[in-house]
Amino acid sequence: MSAGLEALAFTDPSAAESVPGYPLPILPGHSSPGRLERVLRAGHFAVTSELAPPDSANPADVYERAALFDGWVDAINATDGSGAHCHMGSLSVCALLTRLGYALIQQISCRDKNRIAIQGDILGGAAMGVTNMLCLSGDGVQTGDHPEAKPVFDLDCMSLLDIARTMRDQATFQSGRKLDSPPRVFLGAAANPFVAPIDWRPQRLAKKIAAGAQFIQTQYCYDVPRLREYLSAVADLGLRDKAYILVGVGPIASARTGDWIRKNVPGVHIPDAVIDRLAGADNQKEEGIKLCIELMQEISQIDGVSGLHVMAYRQEHRVPEIIERSGVLGTRKPWHPNRYDGDATLRQHLEQQQT
Amino acid sequence: MYALRKWSVRQARLLEASYALFERCLLAAAPLFERIGYERLEKPVAAVERVVKGALFDCQMCGQCALSSTGMSCPMNCPKEIRNGPCGGVREGGYCEVKPEMRCVWVEGWEGASRMRQGDAIAEVQFAVDYRLIGRSSWLSVAREKSAAGVERATEARKA
Repeated sequence: MSAGLEALAFTDPSAAESVPGYPLPILPGHSSPGRLERVLRAGHFAVTSELAPPDSANPADVYERAALFDGWVDAINATDGSGAHCHMGSLSVCALLTRLGYALIQQISCRDKNRIAIQGDILGGAAMGVTNMLCLSGDGVQTGDHPEAKPVFDLDCMSLLDIARTMRDQATFQSGRKLDSPPRVFLGAAANPFVAPIDWRPQRLAKKIAAGAQFIQTQYCYDVPRLREYLSAVADLGLRDKAYILVGVGPIASARTGDWIRKNVPGVHIPDAVIDRLAGADNQKEEGIKLCIELMQEISQIDGVSGLHVMAYRQEHRVPEIIERSGVLGTRKPWHPNRYDGDATLRQHLEQQQT
Repeated sequence: MYALRKWSVRQARLLEASYALFERCLLAAAPLFERIGYERLEKPVAAVERVVKGALFDCQMCGQCALSSTGMSCPMNCPKEIRNGPCGGVREGGYCEVKPEMRCVWVEGWEGASRMRQGDAIAEVQFAVDYRLIGRSSWLSVAREKSAAGVERATEARKA
């Protein structure tokens, strides 16, 4: 590798171009070849978002949804039957998008599959170029469109993290049987600092980190004081440098929607002040966007926050505008496959292959 | 029974001490169990365990009891059977996401743990359930594994 290229690859991770879909080299001390890990470890403020998987067998529906985020996010979460509703599966969305070169966060929920299926999915995802996996217990089936389904829950998020880490670091299945090639993945988990038992939430995060979590994506944050208390308790437990925390944010479409969400979607805490502010606005939808942007700006300034996870349910098309207006990325423009500039990148790739 | 289960969590400290005593008895009886044969004892002991722990904890007989590490609140009563809760869906006031009328077993568990001497055990990650053990007696496996003979067996197995 020439000195110039080396400098490019190691100093500014987001500038490290490669042929979309080709793996990057794994940097020293990193678990994965992925861009999200590079961005976080380099100390940049990261932004992720989630793709609502289509109720469709048409791959174009997935491509269109991903392209919305081009240049605005460091990785895209592929949700796994979120809210226990049927959609295209996480692994399939990852298969379609990693081929184009997108950075994906494969969500794995314990609700629908047992440990045999899940370990197969971890290998499959990594083989297709998924470099980040988010280990979740999953919503109960009763919240979804098939409440009559059998809940599996063979594992919980902690056992899942433990298994994924064992596969990566020990190169074995949970059974102890050897893997020929381990999955090189950056492991994530969810956290909800905003619901009961508030006092125990930091300790539960400690357990997730002990089980293998390297990055955390939180539930929607509409209560900044509560987030601050949580983060300071997390720091007191000595966890600040143990995992990168990305705080969940998102716009609420109206006061009525907000009220419905907090009454019907388990785990989402929205204070009265937020609902009142929306109710008092002339244009509630725009006020929701504005509120989201203000929250992003405030949260991004808090010590111990490494990034934001923007979940704009049914308003995905507004994600670029929200991120741009918030200014949280500064001048940084996250890499995306359409930035691929053909010959120059290919030349660099070939040069790397030769050394 | 739900009311008794909640009482057990409130009395976590008392139950912890009682169990410590009971475990000593189990270990003392281990040589006798060896002589009778664990397999022969399995059915009757499991039946007694089911009744006693069923009444106190709504025990589901997972066969690998973790009550000492879960604040005396049985994790198998969590609708998601989460062994390291509580999940992120807990409702206002600490109620369950799936069964809104029930208190989250893990909210209860952390409260129970705070009353126990060895409550810190709740901070250790519990691995997923081994489904081969469901319905079997945890008491007998404690006697089998923690007794002098059991420890010896484990050391020999490691050497081999």
